[in-house]
Amino acid sequence: MTKLRRKTYMVAGYNTVSLGTGRKEFHPKKPRPGLEHYIKEAGQETLKMIGGAENVDETVIGNFMAAGFNKQANLAAFAPYIDDGLRYKPAVRVEGACSSGAMALATGIKSIQAETADVVLAIGVEVQNSVKAMYGADILAAAGWAQERKEGHAYFFPGKFSDRAKAYAEKFGEEKARKATAKWYQNAIENARLCPTAQEYHNTTKDLFEVGMTKPNPKAFVDSLNVFDCSKVSDGASAIAILSEEGLKRCGIDKNDCVEILSMGMAEEDITKPPADLTKLSTTTAAVEKALDSADINKERIGTVECHDCFTIAGIMAVEAIGFAGHGSGTDFVLEGNTSRTGSVPFNTTGGLIGWGHPTGATGVHQAVTIWEQLTGKAGDAQIQIKPEKPYGLTINMGGDDKSLVSIVYKKAV
Amino acid sequence: MDYTEKLQNVSVVGAAGKMGSGILLLTAMEMADLSLKPENKKRHFCINAMDVSGEALSGLMKYLKAQVLRAAERKIVALRDAYSDRKDLIENSDIINQYVDDVLFLVRPTTYLEPTYDSSVVFEAIKEDPELKVKVFKQINENSKKKPWFCTNTSSIPINELDKNAGLDGRILGVHFYNPPAVQRLVEIIKTDNTDPELVEFANTFSKNLRKVVVPSADFAGFIGNGHFMRDALHGIKEAEKLAEKYSFTEAVYMINKVSQDYLIRPMGIFQLIDYVGIDVCQYIMSVMNPHLKDEDLHSSLLDKMIELGVYGGQNFDGSQKDGFLKYEKGRPVAIFDINKKAYQDISTLKDKCDKELGELPASAKPWKAVIGDKNKDEFFKTYFNELKSLNSKGAQLALDYVKRSREIGLKLVSDKIAFSEKDVNTVLLTGFFHAYGPINDYI
Repeated sequence: MTKLRRKTYMVAGYNTVSLGTGRKEFHPKKPRPGLEHYIKEAGQETLKMIGGAENVDETVIGNFMAAGFNKQANLAAFAPYIDDGLRYKPAVRVEGACSSGAMALATGIKSIQAETADVVLAIGVEVQNSVKAMYGADILAAAGWAQERKEGHAYFFPGKFSDRAKAYAEKFGEEKARKATAKWYQNAIENARLCPTAQEYHNTTKDLFEVGMTKPNPKAFVDSLNVFDCSKVSDGASAIAILSEEGLKRCGIDKNDCVEILSMGMAEEDITKPPADLTKLSTTTAAVEKALDSADINKERIGTVECHDCFTIAGIMAVEAIGFAGHGSGTDFVLEGNTSRTGSVPFNTTGGLIGWGHPTGATGVHQAVTIWEQLTGKAGDAQIQIKPEKPYGLTINMGGDDKSLVSIVYKKAV
Repeated sequence: MDYTEKLQNVSVVGAAGKMGSGILLLTAMEMADLSLKPENKKRHFCINAMDVSGEALSGLMKYLKAQVLRAAERKIVALRDAYSDRKDLIENSDIINQYVDDVLFLVRPTTYLEPTYDSSVVFEAIKEDPELKVKVFKQINENSKKKPWFCTNTSSIPINELDKNAGLDGRILGVHFYNPPAVQRLVEIIKTDNTDPELVEFANTFSKNLRKVVVPSADFAGFIGNGHFMRDALHGIKEAEKLAEKYSFTEAVYMINKVSQDYLIRPMGIFQLIDYVGIDVCQYIMSVMNPHLKDEDLHSSLLDKMIELGVYGGQNFDGSQKDGFLKYEKGRPVAIFDINKKAYQDISTLKDKCDKELGELPASAKPWKAVIGDKNKDEFFKTYFNELKSLNSKGAQLALDYVKRSREIGLKLVSDKIAFSEKDVNTVLLTGFFHAYGPINDYI
């Protein structure tokens, strides 16, 4: 497996609030900040922590569907809007559906590897509350194959993962699958309540597990998922700086504040083909295996994971895809509490996509920010204990129905 | 009876009014849903929206478009199935827009009565005026070749009387929607002595397809809904008049409105509800009901006086509230009409004094909004009313008297055989008036 040729670090992570239903300040009929605001807020805050725009060589903006949600393309040209110091410097916008955020990170890492940059500002952004959910579903459906849209469900992606949930339940038992997804939901919200920027930060529901057990309503929504199984519609941005050793020196940053990027594994699957096995996330497995091989570690050394739980069932399947549990046993692994914040390997410690929110193009960057916070002890109330024998962090960012995958391995820099 | 055939040509008379527009909306969507079924592709559907006001019909079309759009958005899952054979409609937005067009293209606005002569079913939602209703029924009936069915939305006039006076031979049924029909889930169904059973079957299927709750009522002026509401309102008015002997008129109205909302945990206070329905409408309904009542005078000189002074309440076409007993800003009461000074007095100038007079609300009190969705409502109300009973305040006393009177009215509707069961009375109040508990209960 190819290894990174040059030491690469991340630092100065920042998340805006994930705005949408559930946040007290969210009101569907009142004006809200636009795409520009989010790019600027996240970008500026990260710039402040690395000594300003003059230290930056290149900006990468990850975004999925601003063209649909905001009638806006050419997002790279928003880099100079963040700070005048970015004027006439290179910037690029990347897109890989819901993995756009991690694609932005990968692009930044590659610039560092190629020695064409020492400091990259990576931003992920999405503003989705601009349209109602049923129209948002049309826009998000572009993460699948357009030829399948007509046959697809009104809520296209919930429909796709409902099919997966149904197949999983049929194969391994409906009751346990439902309980495990309810437990996943409970963990997600409990973690989100510890993170002030999370969309579910204000959630006060008493019995989360019971809510997670809600029976799906196929008439109003999809066959095998309830609305709590789904990540919400979110507006938000995240930013982080990617640097080489030289970059750290230039910005005057202490390595103790950084995570080191040990590896990244990317994998693509054919968008025109249906999944070979609905109960498995095979592309996720391929990406994670590459990342672990390249970092030369095994999964037992991973201390925390940020996985792509766009739907609770995707969380369960991710647990199996990494190999923490066998095929069909991810449910037990979750129900036994292994993925909760005090478990053997805490997942999604600031809520993940279900709890923190899923501003699609921002999610991959948000995952990196959470891992950076956890490994460097900056996670505030959401801080988990990182054990010395399990020092690694892992992120998995997924675009489409297990189509575009980026997995990254992190460790606190020394 | 061929349900679909009956709905191929329908008319709504008084279509641009508050009730007519809602009935038109729901009926047009039901017809569009039928037209989308594969077996009905060759059938032709149309609905005449008849109203005397051309201007109001323009407003109606705008209202329809906005409402159908909202409804289409809500039922996108079902619509995707309904349009699965349309290869050109791919995105949800394509399907939603097509459905809006398909509903609106069924609607033919008209200020003339002639188009209704072709209809199999006529929904009537004109002014609550027996003579006018009879005149319209007669004209349609005499000119139509179809022997049409008439569904009248009257909330108070006996259906037998309309049947006899218009000579409809049992082709009429009371199908009483609640305001606004698109939102309120209740439909009261009132048969005459010789209503065509097929018409009753049709109305039941129709209401069920509209996902309404059907409550049958005997054919007695006011039926269950107004039978309760008018007496309940009159109780509130009388209580306010009593209070006005000791307090100012505005203070009395404020206190009774507060008691009937906050203490009774209802969606709005009684004076706000009278304004919502319209002071003139309430007065008129009482006048329609009163001649049919023995040992009871359902009449309020206070309502007469308000109308003499030109204060009507009711709603604007966009659904906003007109000023009545109360003055509204953004839908919320801000002042109370002083009948002596003929001017509104700000609530802020009397609130503190009146609240003090009423005393503290029970500690367990919650606003209606917080209770309505509560699964354990029954437990809550038991605790709440027990606490209310233990209080020795003016507010608690007025509230208890009000609850007792409301219960008494409900029971009398059953003993007079207007309602067929206590449950029916409660259902009407729960679904037609959005109350959180039925009037016939054992809370006190």
